[in-house]
Amino acid sequence: MLDARPSPLVEPLVRVRDLKIYFPIHTGLLRRHTGDVKAVDGVSFDIAAGETLGLVGESGCGKSTVGRAVLRLYEPTAGSVRIGGEDIATLSPERLRRKRPEMQMVFQDPQASLNPRMTVAAIIAEPLEEHTDWSRARKQERVHELMDAVGLNRAFANRYPHAFSGGQRQRIGIARALALNPKFIVCDEPIAALDVSIQAQVVNLLEDLQEKLGLTYLFISHDLSMVRHIATRVAVMYLGRIAELSPRDDLYARPLHPYAKALLSAVPEPDPMRESTRRRIILQGDVPSPANPPRGCNFCTRCPEVQPQCHEVKPELAEVLPGRFVACHLVRPLSDFKTAGSTGGTFGAGTVPEPNQQGETR
Amino acid sequence: MPDRAAPVLDVRDLQVVFRTRGGEVHAVNSVSFHLRPGELLGVVGESGSGKSVTMMSLLGLLPSPPAEIRGGEVLLGGRDLLKLDAESLRAVRGRRIGFVFQDPMTSLNPVFTIGNQIMEPLRAHMGMDRARATERAVELLELVGIPDARRRLGDYPHQFSGGMRQRVMIAIALACDPEVLIADEPTTALDVTIQAQIIELVKDLREKLGMAIIWITHDLGVIAGIADRVMVMYGGQVVEQGPVRALFADPRHPYTRALLQTIPALRGQRDRRLRVIEGQPPILSASPSACSFCPRCGHASNRCRVENPQRLPHDGLPTGQGHDSACHWAHSAEPAHA
Repeated sequence: MLDARPSPLVEPLVRVRDLKIYFPIHTGLLRRHTGDVKAVDGVSFDIAAGETLGLVGESGCGKSTVGRAVLRLYEPTAGSVRIGGEDIATLSPERLRRKRPEMQMVFQDPQASLNPRMTVAAIIAEPLEEHTDWSRARKQERVHELMDAVGLNRAFANRYPHAFSGGQRQRIGIARALALNPKFIVCDEPIAALDVSIQAQVVNLLEDLQEKLGLTYLFISHDLSMVRHIATRVAVMYLGRIAELSPRDDLYARPLHPYAKALLSAVPEPDPMRESTRRRIILQGDVPSPANPPRGCNFCTRCPEVQPQCHEVKPELAEVLPGRFVACHLVRPLSDFKTAGSTGGTFGAGTVPEPNQQGETR
Repeated sequence: MPDRAAPVLDVRDLQVVFRTRGGEVHAVNSVSFHLRPGELLGVVGESGSGKSVTMMSLLGLLPSPPAEIRGGEVLLGGRDLLKLDAESLRAVRGRRIGFVFQDPMTSLNPVFTIGNQIMEPLRAHMGMDRARATERAVELLELVGIPDARRRLGDYPHQFSGGMRQRVMIAIALACDPEVLIADEPTTALDVTIQAQIIELVKDLREKLGMAIIWITHDLGVIAGIADRVMVMYGGQVVEQGPVRALFADPRHPYTRALLQTIPALRGQRDRRLRVIEGQPPILSASPSACSFCPRCGHASNRCRVENPQRLPHDGLPTGQGHDSACHWAHSAEPAHA
């Protein structure tokens, strides 16, 4: 329905609509399909060219699954993923293969994502082998160029991954992702496995490359202070759905969704004076299983502000303030008619919606 | 906190070496610290800084070979733990010192019930019979906030979530009412909202039970909220130590400063670029004869390359009692009080 409407503006580089990824559960002797793990249950967002969208949430919320489905490393159960105007969720295998150079991924664990039996040069050149028919010399030249770009010494091109430190291995992974000049890179927890003093090196490198090459990132992380540093806008996920999607500064200054509030208040800050006076929102209990999410709002079992209607009706992600999308019954624009689902809202990227005159939340 | 009370735990000049095929690795070099009754000491460092090895060696938990304790004393109530035989050490472990590890999944035995694992130290160390141990186990699970405790004694670890498993680990560590609790990255494997729950729990338990705690972490934010005193480790050495507020407000060692600057802030001014500590942490193949941070330090001088700095006080108190650091630059910039 959304796609049928011609977009009034230039379409953003990445447009995800109502993405669902269910993993089937088979039980019993006949392995009958008895249920689904709803890892991602109706997620929509846009990413404008050159922008970094931060995707945050706790383990099991579906953020990595979104990252993988956006590159069609998982088959989406429903929904569309348009990258550069093409819906990759429905592309044929051959067309998809030709689309791959545009979209790449940097993985969390550089130890596990690099083949220990391949040299660094072979690892970085692998995408070139697959997608180009370049000569040996040209490929080697490109590998050296990429090693320079990510700050690796060319002289080490014939070494194996084990000879490198964690931070250097992540640089190898980044060089491989850059090999085919992609426009869009999904960074799935790229710094989670690194030491604090090394994280900043890798994040600065990602930012330098973005500036130089005009890259667009989906930056998946559970580190909220690092996301504040790198992202332009941030989506907070909870149990397979987006709870809030807001411009960075707005979100950190005044989160609107009760889960976003609790999540930000739980992050410890390196300041003993502030910590001694800070009031935390301590959430009770654990995240429910995505195989059996609660009826109504997914957060209703732990929400400190829960209302009776939250147990009944799932709140849709709606624009409550210009550029700010929240899925919560308690956070509604006073002029409650403009919801993303009914008007084909653009989820922020590159558009400035009508300023909301009574732009307040209850 | 009682400030000058006799320490419950006093570690002096601890040295630990790993012998590997590639030669020796000097993981812990002359580490000294003490822990006062009821105090929470935060130990901060990156991987390889020697923080976990230090704590494991106190209790003889390192496999030997390759680990070898080259020297030092670990005094618990005046007795040197390093001189104890395996049998006597076992009587200390779990009884007088409790340990909580990082990953609650790998440190709980998957084939025994939770009840069984909580009752094990109670029966082994306290000589309780089954009925009494069961009562105490229920009490402990309730203490760490596990609902429906009696029924859950028969459950296996996989039936608990990550946060709940860590609560069980804490219950086991507290089972025999230890004087010292060592928690090695107890919240690192947990999500932030669950981490906040565990931190609240530990604060609450400290008030109720009053044991002394050593909390090892790489997260300066966690330390800021929970510790009384902080010890920063780098390259197997203590590079800075002090009361939490003094250390965060006025860090003296260039490594501590750099570490605090490299973390992006959650509020306030946002730096356009992150400050970076260039280079890699060291691998110490020999006992250090230079400052182990000097290859990455912006203040390094010739002296730093030839002479390993000693810990010296910044506030006139004896080293270890107040705020001290091991840095030539920090002490030359402002002449020491002493």
